[in-house]
Amino acid sequence: MATFTERMAPVLVLWLAVFLSGTWAVDKGNFKTCDQSSFCKRQRALKPGESPYRALLETMELTNTRLTLQLINDNNKVRLLLELYRLQGNMTRVKINELKPLKPRYEVPDVLIREPPTEPLSLLSQDENGVVLSLGAESQRVILSARPFRLDIMEGREVVMSLNSRGLLAFEHLRMRKDTFSYKVTSTVASVWNNIKRVFSSSQADPEAEKKEEADPAAQPEAAKEEEKDEDGMWEETFKSHTDSKPNGPSAVSLDFSLPGVEHVYGIPEHADTLRLKTTENGDPYRLYNLDVFQYELYNPMALYGAVPVMLAHNAQRTTGVFWLNAAETWVDISSNTAGKTVFGKMLDYVQGSNETPQTDVRWISESGIIDVFIMLGPTPKDVFSQYASLTGTQAFPPLAAVGYHQCRWNYNDQEDVAAVDAGFDEHDIPYDYIWLDIEHTDGKRYFTWDPHKFATPKEMLQGLSDKKRKMVAIVDPHIKVDSNYKIHNEIRSRSFYIKNKDGGDYEGWCWPGSAGYPDFTRADMRDWWASMFAYDQYEGSMKNLDTWNDMNEPSVFNGPEVTMHKDAMHGAWEHRDVHNMYGFYVQMATAEGLIQRSGGVERPFVLTRAFFAGSQRYGAVWTGDNAAEWEHLKISIPMCLSLGLVGISFCGADVGGFFKSPNTELLVRWYQAGAYQPFFRAHAHLDTPRREPWLFGPENTALIREAVRQRYTLLPYWYLQFYHAHRTGEPIMRPLWVEYPEDPATFALEDEYLIGRDLLVHPVTEEGARGVTAYLPGKDQVWFDVHTFQKHNGAQNLYIPVTMSSIPVFQRGGSIIPRKIRVRRSSSCMMQDPYTLYVALNLQRTAEGELYIDDGHTFNYEKEFIHRRLSFANNVLSSVNLAPEAQFSTSSWIERIVILGASKPSKVLLKTDDGQESQVEFDFDASMSVLTLRKPGMNAGADWNVMLQ
Amino acid sequence: MTSCQTQYLLMLLLSVGVSAVEVQRPRGVPLSKRQFYEEGKPFTCLDGSRTIPFDRVNDDYCDCKDGSDEPGTAACPNGSFHCTNAGFRPGFIPSSRINDGICDCCDTTDEYNSGAACQNTCRELGRKERESLQKMAEITKEGFLLKQQLIQEAKRGLEEKKAKQADIQIGKKDLETKVEALRTVKETAEQPEKEAKERHLKAWEEQKAVIQMEKDKAKMAEVLSELDDDADGSVSVAELLSHSELDPDSDGSFTEAEAQGLLGGVDKVDSVAFESVWNNIKDKYTSEQANTETPAEVETPGEEIRETPSDNDSEQYPEDDIPEEEEEDDEEDEEEDQDDGDYKQSPPPTQTPDKKDEDDEGTMPPFDQETQNLIDAAQEARDAFDEAEKALREVDDQVKNLEKEISFDFGPNAEFAYLYSQCYELSTSEYIYRLCPFNRMSQKPKFGGSETNLGSWGHWAGPEDNIYSLMKYEHGTGCWQGPNRSTTIKLTCGTETVVTSVSEPSRCEYLMEFISPAICQEPPSLDAALHGHEEL
Repeated sequence: MATFTERMAPVLVLWLAVFLSGTWAVDKGNFKTCDQSSFCKRQRALKPGESPYRALLETMELTNTRLTLQLINDNNKVRLLLELYRLQGNMTRVKINELKPLKPRYEVPDVLIREPPTEPLSLLSQDENGVVLSLGAESQRVILSARPFRLDIMEGREVVMSLNSRGLLAFEHLRMRKDTFSYKVTSTVASVWNNIKRVFSSSQADPEAEKKEEADPAAQPEAAKEEEKDEDGMWEETFKSHTDSKPNGPSAVSLDFSLPGVEHVYGIPEHADTLRLKTTENGDPYRLYNLDVFQYELYNPMALYGAVPVMLAHNAQRTTGVFWLNAAETWVDISSNTAGKTVFGKMLDYVQGSNETPQTDVRWISESGIIDVFIMLGPTPKDVFSQYASLTGTQAFPPLAAVGYHQCRWNYNDQEDVAAVDAGFDEHDIPYDYIWLDIEHTDGKRYFTWDPHKFATPKEMLQGLSDKKRKMVAIVDPHIKVDSNYKIHNEIRSRSFYIKNKDGGDYEGWCWPGSAGYPDFTRADMRDWWASMFAYDQYEGSMKNLDTWNDMNEPSVFNGPEVTMHKDAMHGAWEHRDVHNMYGFYVQMATAEGLIQRSGGVERPFVLTRAFFAGSQRYGAVWTGDNAAEWEHLKISIPMCLSLGLVGISFCGADVGGFFKSPNTELLVRWYQAGAYQPFFRAHAHLDTPRREPWLFGPENTALIREAVRQRYTLLPYWYLQFYHAHRTGEPIMRPLWVEYPEDPATFALEDEYLIGRDLLVHPVTEEGARGVTAYLPGKDQVWFDVHTFQKHNGAQNLYIPVTMSSIPVFQRGGSIIPRKIRVRRSSSCMMQDPYTLYVALNLQRTAEGELYIDDGHTFNYEKEFIHRRLSFANNVLSSVNLAPEAQFSTSSWIERIVILGASKPSKVLLKTDDGQESQVEFDFDASMSVLTLRKPGMNAGADWNVMLQ
Repeated sequence: MTSCQTQYLLMLLLSVGVSAVEVQRPRGVPLSKRQFYEEGKPFTCLDGSRTIPFDRVNDDYCDCKDGSDEPGTAACPNGSFHCTNAGFRPGFIPSSRINDGICDCCDTTDEYNSGAACQNTCRELGRKERESLQKMAEITKEGFLLKQQLIQEAKRGLEEKKAKQADIQIGKKDLETKVEALRTVKETAEQPEKEAKERHLKAWEEQKAVIQMEKDKAKMAEVLSELDDDADGSVSVAELLSHSELDPDSDGSFTEAEAQGLLGGVDKVDSVAFESVWNNIKDKYTSEQANTETPAEVETPGEEIRETPSDNDSEQYPEDDIPEEEEEDDEEDEEEDQDDGDYKQSPPPTQTPDKKDEDDEGTMPPFDQETQNLIDAAQEARDAFDEAEKALREVDDQVKNLEKEISFDFGPNAEFAYLYSQCYELSTSEYIYRLCPFNRMSQKPKFGGSETNLGSWGHWAGPEDNIYSLMKYEHGTGCWQGPNRSTTIKLTCGTETVVTSVSEPSRCEYLMEFISPAICQEPPSLDAALHGHEEL
C-alpha cells in the first residue's frame, strides 16, 4: 500500500508540493540523518577509549540468580545500577539503569514472552581490579573489570564478546531543567523585552543565547557536579517545521560491543540493504525507527517500516547474537578492523603472519529507556535462533491458506470487480487463496466499515468466495477518522483511548481519512476493546473467511515529523519517544487477538503488518512495504526477508510485481517465480498502475505465471511443515546458506540464493534478460538434485545453470525427503484430502530423511490433533515413523507416488503396512536419470509403513 | 448475436436431442472420444506415448503424460473432465475440479465422491439460456432491421451532404470572386489614405523636431550654467571633472585628459562651443539637482507617476510565484499550467517610452478634414472586405467539416453515421458520463465540480475480425503521476442507442458499455433451427 502522497492527491494538493519534488526516489530530506537527530549526534561525537565509568566493586551483590553492582561516572558522579543475569539456554542479560533516576525510565514490556528463567552465577575470583564469574557451562566466564568498567565474555582463553571495551558506554541521566520557575520568569521577561527590541531594531540578540547567559546557577543544585554543558537539542529540537519539546531533557543510552574474530554481522532489520551488514564509519549508522518511507531507496542504512534490534555475529567457529531491548529511536554503528583491507591486504597479513585478529565493533545508541541487552552465546546458528525464540517467542503458525497465493491490488473497485477477478483465476486455472481489499473498500476510510455503493453486500461477496473455498483480507489501519458519526471514533474518544498530545488533548494527525486520532495500543484495555471490535456482530459484514491487514502502523502521520508521530505525544505517563518502535507490534497483537476471539479461540488468525518490532513474529506476517517495479527491488527482496528470518520473523514477503510503477512482463514473470519461493506470496499494485492480474499479458506469460503459482501449491506440504518448524523452534524458514553450512565462508555473504528449510536451495532469476545463473551448491560430499530435471550435481561448487523464461532454479538436497501434492487445485483447502507424492533424494550414503506434517489447516486444535511423521530411507528401506504418538489426527490423504532420485533399479518393491500385510508395488525406472518411481503404493499418509527395494 | 453464440445455441439444441440416450463410457470421457476407451482392451494414451491395461483408466493414478488415462479423476494435473450437462451445454472442466467440494458441472457429475451436496441445475440453466438466446435473437433481428434503416439513412445523409458540399463549393466560388473584388476596392481606397496620413505625420514630425531642438537648447543652457561653477560663461576641464558619470570609458577614473577630450581638446569652451560638447555628453549627463528637480517635473509628465507604481505592481503581485507554486501543487492540470506559462511570459506592455515622447512633445493634432474623409472611405472598404472574407472562412469551415464527416469511417455501410454529433449520457451515483461519439467522452461530478475529459475520439479498436465492436477515446485529462485518461467503448447489439454502464477497471482507463443497432450482425437462419427444435 502506498505512502500518503499519492493517495491523498486530490485532498492534499498543497501539502504535496512540499513532499514530492516530482522524482521517483525517496526524498531523503524528509528523514533525519544522525547529525539531525541530536542524541545520535551527541553520542556519536564521543571518542572511544575515554570511558568515565568505573565499577564500584564494594557495592557488588551476588545472589543465586543475579549480580548487581553500581557504576559511577567519574565526570559527573552519577551512579548507575548494573544487573547481570545468567539465563537458561546459554544467554547473559546485562541491564543498566540509573541507580536513582529522577523519575522511572521506560522498560519495554510485552515483548518478552515471560521473565527469562535464570541459572546460578558463581564467583570464581575477585580482586580490586575486578571479578570473574562462571557462566556454568564448561569454561565460560564473565570478567568484570572495574576501571574503566568493562565486561568480557570468555570461552576458554578466547574472548567471545566484550562490552564497553571501547569505552562508549554513555547514559544520559535524567536531570532538572535549568530553567526553574524563577528562571522562567526572567526568561519570559527577557523574551518580552526581545520582542520589544525586535520592533525597533533589526539586529537583536539571539534569545537562546541570552537564556544561557542569564541562567541562574543557584537554582540548580545539580549544576555544581555537572561537567556536561547543555548542548543544542537537549531540551528542544526542531526538524523541518516540527518542534520536539523534550520536557524530560536528554535521556540517551549507548553501549559498545566488540566481537573478536568476527567479520560478518547480520540482522537489525528493517533496511533495504545487503544481508551482510556493512560498516558505517563513512556514513550514517543503521537506523531503527519505524517510518513510512515514500519510495524507499536501496542499499542504504535509512530506517524503514519496522525495527528488530537484534544482531547476529557469525564466523566459522561460532554464532552469537545481541538483542538490545529498547523501543526508542535507535542507531547502530558498525566498524571493523578488516573492512578497509583489500583481499591483497588480507593476504599480506596472512603471509607476514600478522596476528591482528579480525574484529567487528558494534555500537548501539537509543534515545531513551534503559540498557537491557541479551547476549546470545550460540554457539551454533540454530542455538541462537532457539535462544532468541525463548525470549520473544516463535513464528505464529498460520492457517494453511495464508501460505498459498494472495491476490491484492489497491484497489479492487467493487464487488463485481472482486467477482470478476475471482472468475478470472478459474478461467485461467490459476490457484489462489486470498483476494485483498485495500483502503478504498471502506466508507470514507473508516475502518471496520464498507463503502455502501461499491461493497453494499459484503457478506454476499464473502459467501461467494467461501463457496469457492477462498478467502479475503480487508485492511484495518490504526488511524481513526475524527468524525462524530463514526462509532469507532466515538467509542475511543469516550473511553479516552486516544494517544494524547503534549498538552493533554487527543493527538490528531493527518492520514487517509483526513484528520485522524491514533488509539493508544500500548494500553492493554485499549487492545482488549480493539480486539472486541472484530466480533462478527461488531464488524458488520465480516465473516469467518475475512482476515485482516494492518498498514500505516509505524504509525504513519502525514503531517508529523518524518511522517510519523510527534515524540512528545503521550501514552499515559510515557512519551511516544519511549514506545515508538513498538506501536505497530501492539496494533498487530490486538488485531490478531481480535480474530482469535471472534472464533471463540478456535481459529488461527491471519494478520499482515507493515510495522513491526522484536516479537512481532508471534502475530502474523510482515511484508517489505511499498517497493517498486524494478529489478533491483526484486533482487533486494531476498536479503530483506533473509534478515527478517534471522531475527525470528519468518513469514515475510515482498509485493510481487512491485508496488510503485508498472513492471514489464519479464519482470512480472520473474517476480512471480521468485515470490512463489518466498514465505509470504502476494501480488500487489499501486492504484495508479495499469491492471496486472496474471492473465493480462498474453497466453505465454499467463502460462509462465500459472506454472510458478502451481509450483508453490505443489510444495504446500513442505512449506506448511516449515511453518510448523518455525513455530516450534524459531528457526527461519527462508534462511541464508551459512545457517546450514556455518563452517563454509563461501556462504557467508550469499544473498542471491537461499534455503527453504534445510532441503531446498533456491536461486531465483533476478536479472533482466538472463541467460543463466551461477548458483553455489554448498556441502562437500553432498549432492543436489535439480527439482525440475532430477539432474544430480555435486556440492561445494559454483554451478552455471542456463535459464529460459520458464526456469526457476531450485535444488533438493541429497539426503532429504520432500512431500508434495501434485494435484493442484483452485485453492489450498480444495487440496486438503489429496494424496502425497514423496520425493526421496538420496545422498552419497544412499540415505535420506524427511518429515510429513498434517493437521486440519486452520484451527488451534493442531496443538493436540496432528500427524507428524519421520520419513527415512536407509538400507533400501523407506519407512514412516510416528514422531508424535500422543497426537491424534486422521487423514484420508494417502501416498500416491514415491519418486526416488539417485536410485538404482530394484528387482522388486514390497510394501509392508502396520497390519503386517505385504504387497508388491509397481515401479518405473528411468536409467538415464537414475529415477525410480513407485506407482500408487496407496498407504494412508498417517500410517506406519515400510517400502523395501529388493 | 455473434456466430459463436449461434453455435452454442445449436449445440444446446442438439444436446437436448441426444441426452435421452446415455452411452456407456468411462467417467469424464466425451462422446466424441468414446472410441479410444474400449472396455477391456489396453488403452493407449491419446498422445500415443504409452499403452496401459484398461484397468488403469480412471484408477486415480496418472499414467499418461497428457492426462488422458484419468478423464474421470483428479489424478492428472493436466487432465480434463467432460460434463454431459443434459439439458444444458456440455463442457469440459479441468480435472482438478473433480471432487474438490465445489459444484462445477450443472449435472453434478464432477462431485461424485466429495460429499458436496450439488443440485442438478442443467434444465434450469438450459431454459434460462434458451430464453436469453431467444431474446437475443429477437433483439438481433430487430436490431438488424434498424441497422438497415440506419444504413439507408446514412446513405441519404451522405448524398445530401455531398449535394450540400457541391452547393457550397459553388457558393464559395462566388464568394471568392466577391472577396477579390472587394480587395481591389479596399486597396484602391487605402493608397490615398496612406499618402494623406504620411503627409500629416511628416508635418507633425517636423514640428516635433523643432520643439525638441528648442528644448535641447534650453537644457544645454541650463547645463552650461550648472556646470559653469565660476559663472564665467564657459565650461572648463575642472568644472567638467566633477561629473564622473561623463567618463567616456567608464573605467571609474575620469581623467583630465578625458575631460579635455570631451571639450574638443581645449581646456575651456564658451557657450557657443559648448553646443558641440553638449551633443557628446547629453546622454550621460546627470543633473546636479536631480533629486530636487524630480518633483518639479511632476507637472509635466503626469503619467510617469502612474507608470512607476504600475511597474512596481508587477513585482509586488508575485504573478511569477503564484502560478509556479500551483504548477508544482497541481500537476494534474497541465493545460492550465501552460496557460499560466503564456500568461507569465507576456511582458508588461512596453508602451512607456512612446508615451513619454508624446508627453514631452504633446499629442499629434487631429487629421484635417480631407485626410479624415479618405480614412473613412478606406475604412468602409476594409469593413466590407473583412466581412466578405469572414463569410468565405465560414464557408471554408463548412466545407472542411463536411469533408471530414464524409470521409469519416462510420463502418462498412456508414451505419454508425447517425451517432455523429449526438451525445449520450449515463448518470451514476457520483458522476454523469457523457459520450459524444466520434468526438469525446467526459465525466462530470453530479454535485458540482468541473468536467473531466476522458478521451477524444481515437480509432476503432476491435479485434481484426470485428473491428467495429470497440471504440477507443484517447488523450483525456492527465492523471496524477499516471497516464492520460482514456476510454474504451464496447458496443453491443440492441434496438436502442444507449449507454448501459461505465467502469474504471484500471486507474484512468475507463470502460463504457454502449448499445446500438448499428453493431447488430445479420441473424443466421436461426428461425429454421428454432422451428426445427419445436418440431422435435
